Amino acid sequence: MIEVKDLTKRYAEHIAVDHVSFSVKKGEILGLLGPNGAGKTTTMRILTGFLPATSGTAEVAGFDVFNDSLEVRKRIGYLPENPPIYLDMTVDAYLEFVARIKNVPGEKRKARVADALEKTNLADKRFELIKRLSRGYKQRVGLAQALVHDPEVIILDEPTVGLDPKQIIEVRHLIKGLAGNHTIILSTHILPEVSMTCDRVGIINRGRIAAVDTPANLTTQLKGGQNVRLEVAADESAASAALREIPGVRRVTAEPAGGNGRFALTVEATPGQDVRSQIAAKIVGKGWPLYELRGVNLSLEDIFLQLTTEDSEHAENPN
Amino acid sequence: MKGMYAVYRKEMGHYFVSPVAYIIVGVFLILAAYFFTQLLAVYMQRAFEASFEEGQFGGGAAFDVPSLVMRSFFGVLSTLLLFLTPMLTMSVYAEERRHGTMELLMTSPVTDLEIVLGKFFASLTLLVIMLLPTAIGFAYMLHHSEPAAPWRVLGSEYLGVLLLGGTLLALGSFFSSLTESQLIAAVLSFGAILLLWVLDFGTQTATSAWASTLEYLSVFRHYDDFTRGVIDTSNLIFYLSFIVVGIFLTVRSIDSMRWRRA
Repeated sequence: MIEVKDLTKRYAEHIAVDHVSFSVKKGEILGLLGPNGAGKTTTMRILTGFLPATSGTAEVAGFDVFNDSLEVRKRIGYLPENPPIYLDMTVDAYLEFVARIKNVPGEKRKARVADALEKTNLADKRFELIKRLSRGYKQRVGLAQALVHDPEVIILDEPTVGLDPKQIIEVRHLIKGLAGNHTIILSTHILPEVSMTCDRVGIINRGRIAAVDTPANLTTQLKGGQNVRLEVAADESAASAALREIPGVRRVTAEPAGGNGRFALTVEATPGQDVRSQIAAKIVGKGWPLYELRGVNLSLEDIFLQLTTEDSEHAENPN
Repeated sequence: MKGMYAVYRKEMGHYFVSPVAYIIVGVFLILAAYFFTQLLAVYMQRAFEASFEEGQFGGGAAFDVPSLVMRSFFGVLSTLLLFLTPMLTMSVYAEERRHGTMELLMTSPVTDLEIVLGKFFASLTLLVIMLLPTAIGFAYMLHHSEPAAPWRVLGSEYLGVLLLGGTLLALGSFFSSLTESQLIAAVLSFGAILLLWVLDFGTQTATSAWASTLEYLSVFRHYDDFTRGVIDTSNLIFYLSFIVVGIFLTVRSIDSMRWRRA
């Protein structure tokens, strides 16, 4: 449904998007995850035809976003970072206008507006002026605007920003409910959001895609990795030093746990290596009492931080 | 064209849900009514004096009150437009840019030209709505005038004021598309219109090609013929081409937003 190849957007002094490629299948939700200024918004603006790319191609539903911009725009619903709302209009009049400008035929317009209002839980605010609505409601009006013409592709730039926790959950449910009939790209810098709503995640940093995969695969495959947490009664530095000798161990951090000379140690292993049995053998070999040993799965957050920081270190020292 | 109509409807709605249109139209009508009654009173007075003199000394020129009132009134009208059109157009693009709604329009299946035309025709409609009530005064005056009233002259004058107004609106919209600030848009369009008004200042006696070019470009100069009831094709072409250029520049300016945006 969406094909992005080598997309690049260059400004005079910096590259906002640098040879980004990814594809999204029909009915899928792709999350673009990255720190602020990573190039998420620029990528989305190119897809919606708002900005032209410097080089590379992007296709939506088989139409090139630059050459067939109008065809693409017919098929896209887009919620920019700031909801593009007219404060002086009522919710109803606004959605009716958007439906009109998005080519929804007259006889379907009323039904489409009602549907969008219902999906975004705005029915009771229908005849209120948008400027009188709270931030959360304005955001929902923005969402309704992206849905009102029942587009094949929906592009949401930080859809949950500014909402309270309850509203965030509602919006996530809404987005999940839209998948299947619609192909969705959303951007966020909130990690739980992607693991909860998205089928696949593209981690983007400094204009480059660092990884694209399912949230589950990213967590297991990419880092392979597990941290190991153990509690042991032993001298802190001796234990740390002993564990560091084990091949595959990258880092050991220790902190006192519950007195009695016990320490909680967190062992970071190189990806793809399971060091748990070796750790157990080592501790037992030394004769230290072992109280606990368990693997801790890396959260998406850890991976994200690791990927984006590694990448920036890389960028600073290219050699 | 559907997209243009959608934009047009939205603009009209926008004018009339906010107090802006009511205030501008209201202020305009108060000023217009004041000038109309004053002009009518002044010329009636002079006509009486003239007829009095005619009775006393014989001869004397015929005094055509309706034509004089209309001509003077439409002269005043051009000055009012100079002040009011920048206020009508200052927000058309600047507000959309500031609130990010330009992004909605520019990612919708409408061309830039449809956006610009929709907005232009909406502001032109507002101008017509603003001018319509003035016709009541003229209709009343012409209905009661003896001998027969010069309706055609009135038609030519309204045509002139629409063309002049359209030109100023096209120009003002262009300046509004350049900035996110309504104030800057208003000041720029006011300055530009004023400059175009006084462009022929001092060229009356000069004969160089440069002087005649400046004279030609002065937007208000072409308006004079209309107020005298003369519809000259060259004046028509001048205004229409001015409007087309204004619209073209606005389309280019919107398009350039896509390339400039950081």
